[in-house]
Amino acid sequence: METAPVIQMDDVTVGSIHDPGIPTVEHVNWTVQLGDFWAVAGLQGSGKTDLLMMTASLMAPVQGQYLFLGEPMPIFDEARLVHRLKLGLVFETGQLFNHLTVWENVALPLRYHRNLSFEAAEDRVRPMLDAIELTPWATSTPGALTRNWQKRVGLARALILRPELLLLDNPLAGLDLRHLNWWLTFLNNLSKGSDLTSGRPMTLVVTTADLTVWKGHARQFGILRNKRFSALGAYDQIQSAERELVQELLRET
Amino acid sequence: MDEGNASTFDSPRVRLLLRLPLPQSFTNFVGRKIFRFILTIQGLGAFALITIGVLLRKFRAARQVIWPLGFYELSRAGLRQLPMFLFVSAALGLLVIGQSVSWLTKIGAINYLGAIMVIAVVRELGPLLAAILVLARVGAANVIELGTARAMGEVEALEALGIDPVHFLVAPRVLGMAFGVFSLTVYLILGALVSGYLWAFLQDIPLRPRDYFKQLTSALDVLDFALLALKTLAFGFIIAVVTCYHGLAQPLRLEEVSSATVRAVAQSIIACVLLDALFILIYLAA
Repeated sequence: METAPVIQMDDVTVGSIHDPGIPTVEHVNWTVQLGDFWAVAGLQGSGKTDLLMMTASLMAPVQGQYLFLGEPMPIFDEARLVHRLKLGLVFETGQLFNHLTVWENVALPLRYHRNLSFEAAEDRVRPMLDAIELTPWATSTPGALTRNWQKRVGLARALILRPELLLLDNPLAGLDLRHLNWWLTFLNNLSKGSDLTSGRPMTLVVTTADLTVWKGHARQFGILRNKRFSALGAYDQIQSAERELVQELLRET
Repeated sequence: MDEGNASTFDSPRVRLLLRLPLPQSFTNFVGRKIFRFILTIQGLGAFALITIGVLLRKFRAARQVIWPLGFYELSRAGLRQLPMFLFVSAALGLLVIGQSVSWLTKIGAINYLGAIMVIAVVRELGPLLAAILVLARVGAANVIELGTARAMGEVEALEALGIDPVHFLVAPRVLGMAFGVFSLTVYLILGALVSGYLWAFLQDIPLRPRDYFKQLTSALDVLDFALLALKTLAFGFIIAVVTCYHGLAQPLRLEEVSSATVRAVAQSIIACVLLDALFILIYLAA
């Protein structure tokens, strides 16, 4: 049986997350297949975050149809929540719960949706913290962590429910070189299938302002320019693209 | 020259100005205020109904997460306020007894001391004072916490994780504050009644504890207990809903949190006083 695409957008117009009435990206036609690794590039203010927030079901499209694994989005009703949780989102600034510790932040979605006690959640949370090297900070609050580590907590929190699609908003922004390399390797492993995903390849979509970093990692590329989304194909194809913006994004390092 | 002369106010020019319609800026200002007031009432009503709906529908959902939060809020809006309430209850007893004893002695009506305590402390001052103190100590903190969480994008993070923000952030606060105000009012009243007697004793009033107790019990009615419970739970509910609404229901920037806190405190006090007036009508009707 043929599986439905992970993301299928037909003529979708995306509104601003701050004011959904203002369109920021228009007429998006985009298909993401199971196991894809997309890097969507654009300059600041091009609507990358808005596109990602709409994809994550935080708001409805202004117009057009958006299907996630064959189901119309957005999903707000409780009955279809299980389907909605097949999608994970990592915010650019982590957006952690500052009154909770790192352990509690990561465990929260698991404990809330499965109604688990602290002890019962430990079996799932501890390996996640180990895999993302957060164990030494388990009892710290996010305020005590640097931005590099806060972003990793956001990643662990998004992965704890083992989503099929992981959306990452500008994950490499503001990272030092060591953390940047760690993220690239980790996302590469997720995309190929790792213990955290029970060996299944995870579908990934990242946004970025710098295309060159994703060479050899992301397999599909797209750009946002003048409120339009264009799917460009593989890295080799975009290098030869004449478009001015692509060249500008490739130069940014 | 007419300038500065009192007769200026009776000049034809001034009479003409007084007949003119109000300046547009003033009518705009009043209109905006009325419109904003109606929107606030509508928003608060809708938020209260949503909260009640979530409380009923998800009472047992995610209880390993939500119930401990509810107990934490109950401790914050109740147990942790006890030291301050002990002080306030002693002061309240002194205020009421100190003011009333000398007058009651003069007119030979010391037998009404218990009735005055019941009317002043049990029915009115106790619940209202407890509500205002909880609002000041916990309600204001609610707006700041939730407003900051909203401004920092934590609400979007909850939604992204499929967690209902009203269930996670509002429901525990509403339950904690409702039962917190109720419990603290009971302690405040008991403390004020005891301290009232002590102050009367220190003023050499010839009143035995047994007689004072009899005065209190004869002045109290079953309705007092029922309405006290209802009123204090309602005060706690109102304070929680108003403070959570201002912190959470509207998108905020960090710099707007302080003004939202001021609005929430003012509206909570107005709402509690209006509710109190409603309960006075119930007392009068009963």
